Amino acid sequence: MSTHSEAVDHIETASTKSFVTVWFALLFMTGVEVVLAYLQPPVLIFLTALVGLSVIKAALIIAYFMHLKFEKLSLFLTLFPMLILCIILMLLMFMPDSNRALMMRTP
Amino acid sequence: MATVTSSVWTGGRSPYAVNSKKFGMWLFIISDALTFSALLMAYTYVRLSTPNWPTPFQFSPAIIFSTVMTFSLLSSSLTMVMGVHAMNHGNRKAAVRWILATMVCGAAFVVLHLSEWLKLIHEEHVTPFDNPWGVPLFGGTFFALTGLHMTHVIIGLIYLSIIAFGVGRGKFKAEDVEVSGLYWHFVDLVWMFIFPLVYLMSAKV
Repeated sequence: MSTHSEAVDHIETASTKSFVTVWFALLFMTGVEVVLAYLQPPVLIFLTALVGLSVIKAALIIAYFMHLKFEKLSLFLTLFPMLILCIILMLLMFMPDSNRALMMRTP
Repeated sequence: MATVTSSVWTGGRSPYAVNSKKFGMWLFIISDALTFSALLMAYTYVRLSTPNWPTPFQFSPAIIFSTVMTFSLLSSSLTMVMGVHAMNHGNRKAAVRWILATMVCGAAFVVLHLSEWLKLIHEEHVTPFDNPWGVPLFGGTFFALTGLHMTHVIIGLIYLSIIAFGVGRGKFKAEDVEVSGLYWHFVDLVWMFIFPLVYLMSAKV
């Protein structure tokens, strides 16, 4: 087992400048979401915009703050396709049923 | 007959090129992400199937308040990544300062969140089992989802305090700080979905 010094032995690829840039991007997208909430657009457009922005924000956090962009591709491929598949399966299973439950409700 | 004195296998290559602590944390994060996905899905399910879902969050002050909470968490992620960066460069003092700044932002989030909860409970009479709008599932799903998230933030604060204390005493390595950072960023990431889906979608201008 090799001995480690204080500094980490992997290559540092992200700079503090990129972290601050990502932070500003996240703040900007949060601002857009809040403005949309104030403007109250039609529900479908609103929901699509919110989920889309949230996915972009999550991707930025995972890639830069959680450093996944600079890890080996095998780590990403092991973890994320399974997660995304599970989420899609849950969506496919529950969302049509929730709509059916709404339609079948007695007035 | 020759005896085998050493193993042919020397340990192999690390397929992910990460240490076991980091890989373990990633596995935990994925499983926890599924937990939160299921809860968000349950929230969306009952919301979609309930025609008179309430929108109790007035733009001012509730949405502005939760936006400040979001700002606190986003800022805490920036300070955390700065702490990891400092530790990677062997600067323990700076790392401790950044982790403490992260804890201040996280504590601010918890205080704001608790005050918002208390306002909902005492002024709007929303509990996990009842509310004035006759949709008890609103309180049940709201408190379950935000409560589980707040529990994660509080556990994160305890985790970071142990890491900060250890780093200050020269005990932990850079990888330990990085692993704690992964957990903290995940807590921030989950809020990026709860904030729009629970708060902004229930905003009332």
